[in-house]
Amino acid sequence: MRKAAVELAGVSKAFGDVYAVRDMDLAIADGEFFSLLGPSGCGKTTTLRMVAGFEFPTAGALWIHGVEMGLEPANRRPVNTVFQSYALFPHMNVEENVAFGLRMKKVGATETAERVKRALDMVQLGHRADASPTQLSGGQQQRVALARALVNEPEVLLLDEPLGALDLKLRQAMQVELKVLQERVGITFVYVTHDQEEALTMSDRIGVMNEGRLLQIGRPEEIYERPASRFVADFIGEINLLPATVVDHYSVRLLGGQVVRGSTGAEPGSEVTMAVRPERLELFGSNEHIADGLNQIRGTVVRRTYYGDVFYYDVDTPAGVVEVKEENRPGVDLHEAGESTVVAWDPSATTVVED
Amino acid sequence: MALPETAAPELELDSRRAESRRGFLIGLPAWAYLTIFFALPLVIVLVYSFATRSSTGRTQLTGWNLDSYRRLVDPFVFEVFQRSFFLALTTTLICLLVSYPFAYYIATRGARLRNILLVMVMIPFWSNFLVRTYAWKVLLGSDGPISQLSQALGGEPIRLLFTNTAVLIGLVYGFLPFMVLPLYAALERMDWSLVEAARDLYADGWTAFRKVTWPLSRPGVIAGSILVFVPALGAYVTPAILGGARTTLVGDYIVDQFLAARNQPFGSALSMGIMLVLLAATVIYFRSGAKEV
Repeated sequence: MRKAAVELAGVSKAFGDVYAVRDMDLAIADGEFFSLLGPSGCGKTTTLRMVAGFEFPTAGALWIHGVEMGLEPANRRPVNTVFQSYALFPHMNVEENVAFGLRMKKVGATETAERVKRALDMVQLGHRADASPTQLSGGQQQRVALARALVNEPEVLLLDEPLGALDLKLRQAMQVELKVLQERVGITFVYVTHDQEEALTMSDRIGVMNEGRLLQIGRPEEIYERPASRFVADFIGEINLLPATVVDHYSVRLLGGQVVRGSTGAEPGSEVTMAVRPERLELFGSNEHIADGLNQIRGTVVRRTYYGDVFYYDVDTPAGVVEVKEENRPGVDLHEAGESTVVAWDPSATTVVED
Repeated sequence: MALPETAAPELELDSRRAESRRGFLIGLPAWAYLTIFFALPLVIVLVYSFATRSSTGRTQLTGWNLDSYRRLVDPFVFEVFQRSFFLALTTTLICLLVSYPFAYYIATRGARLRNILLVMVMIPFWSNFLVRTYAWKVLLGSDGPISQLSQALGGEPIRLLFTNTAVLIGLVYGFLPFMVLPLYAALERMDWSLVEAARDLYADGWTAFRKVTWPLSRPGVIAGSILVFVPALGAYVTPAILGGARTTLVGDYIVDQFLAARNQPFGSALSMGIMLVLLAATVIYFRSGAKEV
């Protein structure tokens, strides 16, 4: 059996009385693109720094490819880091930056030169080898940081919000580039971000963290479609959260008495939250025919907002104000403020989360 | 109303002139001060250094010559220069060795402790330098606390006062803050993620220091070294009080020329000599630093 690339068992990190990471269990597979996602201060960066060797766990154990590494200093770990600020050495040129790790490892001069050249070509910066990092644009610095880490052929590459400082267009381009690169080199990536879109588009699996705890681990679709808690549902994407009471395993009662279907694991009678994404909702005129089997709640349109590609409707229902997202294309009816409507959705789009 | 097109460049010129006028006014006090109290005296020293000393010790502003400069290569003068140079160099090196770890320690503390430590570095400035040097005279004397401690432990009495060691101790003590503060300023600005990056790229702690922390803190090392070396080379008070005039250093040698020997041209030439040495040392030092940074 193959060992996990990175494995954490019961890892905690306390700074004084404050826990940055608490009792974390995690196994990241070889070759996986794994993202740690969460708001700032959730402990994701501390977790990454413990894998890198910049922080040491106050409890628990950490393995890299089956070797206990929890207290090993950074220079003795087979991992490399791409820093949020890039941390390029300002007193060395691009080539010297990229060669730093190989020179520390006493790799021969010829091999070093070859590998540095290959790494710089890989990130399309072969022509800037003599430049000082301070002469490069943010995107180019980011690439140098990537080359400087990858040239060492680490077992695991750690990335701490590497795209955070770039503007939107460049960030989107780099997302694709990073993913393609990861698939090509086949190295395990552990990627820390607070940007859910980045996590969803690039990752094989995502771990969502809050307040030092790992709340849910899953593929992007699982995290998005089947959030396990109210926090995960709320943090990732837009979502309607309506208070509800469990009726049985297949239905919940909303405020106002309307019973809607959706699988629930909770005990009948318990107070839960029903979650449904705005894009899964459909808005019908009050007299329109609605297919059998869809959940329905009646409500009045409060506001329609134009977003270019989509419209957002705020619909006031007895269960609460519901947000509906509809595409802006022919064949999708527009509804006006004040209009009586029915909000309908497929029961499979319903998620019930406990508070 | 639209301005005619030709008006625009003139307006621009006017505004530029106004700006340089403002700049001149802001700089005026400093210009005036430096001219009167630095440039003019320097010119006087330069002029005197080419003048002749009369048999009664008066400076005669006739018969310009290079006699005073010829005396600079006299073996005795060279020895004085050499002794002062090595004393200043040793002072600078000891200050650097003591200050760097301390500045590093301050720069890596939390804000509260850091401020307390910085105030402690500056506390000595609150009392007069002369008074503090006399205090060292008591400390280093043959019946001072250091000697007494040695005797209490069954050793010999230690007599440090009026030795080169005493002068060195006094100079290091006096100039230490001038080394600590620029080093602290440089280390405080350090981006510590660069050190982490070096560690991440397989450098051990010492190598990371050598390859990253040290070169990036070099501007502080250069500034601190100049701030210590320059005044240490011309130091007068400390050698006079703690050295007891047993060995001649450049500082007291120059004073002697003006006050005792009444040879102002030679004193001036010595002053110019020391300035040239310092200028050369500073330039060489800056160059060597700039190349590696």
